[in-house]
Amino acid sequence: MWDYNNKVMDYFLNPRNVGEIADADAEAEVGNMTCGDALRIFLKIDEKTHKILDAKFKTFGCASAIASSSILTEIVIGMTVEEAARVTNRDIVDRLGELPEEKMHCSVMGMEALQAALGEYAKKHGLTLPEVKNDDPDDHEGRIVCKCFGVTDAKIRKVVRLNHLTTVAQVTEYTKAGGACGACLDQIQQILDEMNNTVHAPAEVEKPQTVDFDALSPVKKALKVQEVIDKEIKPALERDGGSIELIDLDGDVVKVSLRGVCATCPNSKLTLRKLVQGKLHEFLSDRLVVEEA
Amino acid sequence: MKGEERVIYLDNNATTRTAPEAVAAMLPYFSEYYGNASSIHKFGGRLAKVVEEGRAKVAAFLGADPSEIIFTSCGTEGDNAAILSALDVCPVRRRKIVISTVEHPAILNLGKDLERRGYTVVKIPVDSLGRLDMDRAREMIDEQTAVVSVMWANNETGNLYPVEALAELAHRAGALFHTDAVQAAGKIPFKLRDMNIDMLSVSGHKFHAPKGIGALYVRRGVRFRPFVVGGHQERGRRAGTENVPYIVGMGVAAELAMANFETENNYVRKLRDDLHNRLIAAIPSVRVNGDVEHRLPNTTNLSFEYIEGESILMHMDIHGICASSGSACTTGSLEPSHVMRAMGVPYTAAHGAIRFSFSRYNTQEDVDTVVEVLPGIIEKIRAISPYWADFVAKR
Repeated sequence: MWDYNNKVMDYFLNPRNVGEIADADAEAEVGNMTCGDALRIFLKIDEKTHKILDAKFKTFGCASAIASSSILTEIVIGMTVEEAARVTNRDIVDRLGELPEEKMHCSVMGMEALQAALGEYAKKHGLTLPEVKNDDPDDHEGRIVCKCFGVTDAKIRKVVRLNHLTTVAQVTEYTKAGGACGACLDQIQQILDEMNNTVHAPAEVEKPQTVDFDALSPVKKALKVQEVIDKEIKPALERDGGSIELIDLDGDVVKVSLRGVCATCPNSKLTLRKLVQGKLHEFLSDRLVVEEA
Repeated sequence: MKGEERVIYLDNNATTRTAPEAVAAMLPYFSEYYGNASSIHKFGGRLAKVVEEGRAKVAAFLGADPSEIIFTSCGTEGDNAAILSALDVCPVRRRKIVISTVEHPAILNLGKDLERRGYTVVKIPVDSLGRLDMDRAREMIDEQTAVVSVMWANNETGNLYPVEALAELAHRAGALFHTDAVQAAGKIPFKLRDMNIDMLSVSGHKFHAPKGIGALYVRRGVRFRPFVVGGHQERGRRAGTENVPYIVGMGVAAELAMANFETENNYVRKLRDDLHNRLIAAIPSVRVNGDVEHRLPNTTNLSFEYIEGESILMHMDIHGICASSGSACTTGSLEPSHVMRAMGVPYTAAHGAIRFSFSRYNTQEDVDTVVEVLPGIIEKIRAISPYWADFVAKR
């Protein structure tokens, strides 16, 4: 059973602003039945001041989805659309006090629905709003990363940025991406890696020296491979509870053994090819081939 | 937890109340007769007799010979031990395992693990009522098959599966047959000595024994290789110090289950049917999940369409009603249960599936309370649901 706080329970059991607005100035729906939760939001907006006069919602979902949706309506009533556009899932979580990590996606759903509705309104009135695309909300930007839940890379990047996420598990908790078949977990890691690199770009990463790998003796070669594995590959795998050991270097064939969660991970082949072989090519030689021992 | 709060426990497929008689019988074996049943001295050694008494009771309960019973720690251990042994003792190199799509994770995830180790695992599909496709079963069970393992009763729907027919198919192909009977034991009568099942696992806490004890039946003549290796306990078939108090507890629970089997099952069935019928009558758009003609007497699985299971469970919890859901949200998983998906239950219903499972400790008052409370809860949650609004508008 989830350990919801009293406020979440209150907004779940006595949700405020449930309903629909027949002549809403903006409305949007995110999520769907397949995903297990969905939110339909209705906004009544003063066309002159662009102030949100009323907000109503209907939600299909669990206790935290209902509580998140309800408190969201309370947050935005009285705000201008510009102010509302700056509301993020963090504001929803903060107002509720807390949500279990596994339920963070419920707060993200609230933010998405709000921004979709505001996007529609902005388009109609020729406004430009921060954080909100002027596009048709159905025209999702970005490419689909998680096929099971239809999550795009753009959404993942946005949620990672807003919530300072660092692990794949967090991304799943906040966006659901990777929560079903798991085939996209590697892609999510790549997005995180890319984002972390851009964030930390100014600090020069210490890299092993580039060497004329092919000219080295077999022993030196093995030491270099070991160095790249230890410095460049192991830390990335250990972040996710996995690890890697160099077993042997036979000519250009690098034999490794994946450990920890990597050993049983269905994506281990991809890890070997993309991460391990990629790094070895980058630092040592394009001729190296990685095999699982 | 406040002890005085009234609990309406309708989640007996998850676990059951340990019978007070079992607890009383166990107590002396913690601090008074705490010896090791394998010891040479009398203080410990005489407990071997207590262990054998427990074994005899469990054997009688299953209609088996005591020599065919191996004590385990739980149903999952029995499942693992049976399948891995079957693969190990297979005379020719057969590397195929046939299971069903609706197995418990104890079997499903073992299957995944075996696939990674190079075995082939095939799953017999089910139809929309959760009934096994026996034509596919016949195709799948072939000369490559080492073992067939299909559950006797499904934990979510209560559906019963034709284990004897499956065992027959397995034997014709020269394979062994195992069944996870964790949900069946104590709920439907059977005598293994009159059946063709090779191995069967049960778990004590599903029939009012404590958690942490189970049994694996291995029919006489079936070769067996131990899963837990170490000491000579259980005649070398399951190492580890005999869990004397829990074996005593399971023995008593088995005896109690046998004593009033028919009366209690009729009682439980009557309560279950009453709840099932009255809920369907009182609440619109309820979908029944499973095969009502062939299911356990204690289980019913109902989908309250267009709403989500966790909200239902949490509202019921406020009234002290315990049930469980096939919904994604309750477990922290993001997908509805594999059983609902295997049956092709539409998503409008899969997320709102609630399982009610009874035991002999339930009362008519329990049923009356649920029937009184639940329609209001469903109505309240549906009032928030956008899909219910759409459905009503279309109607």
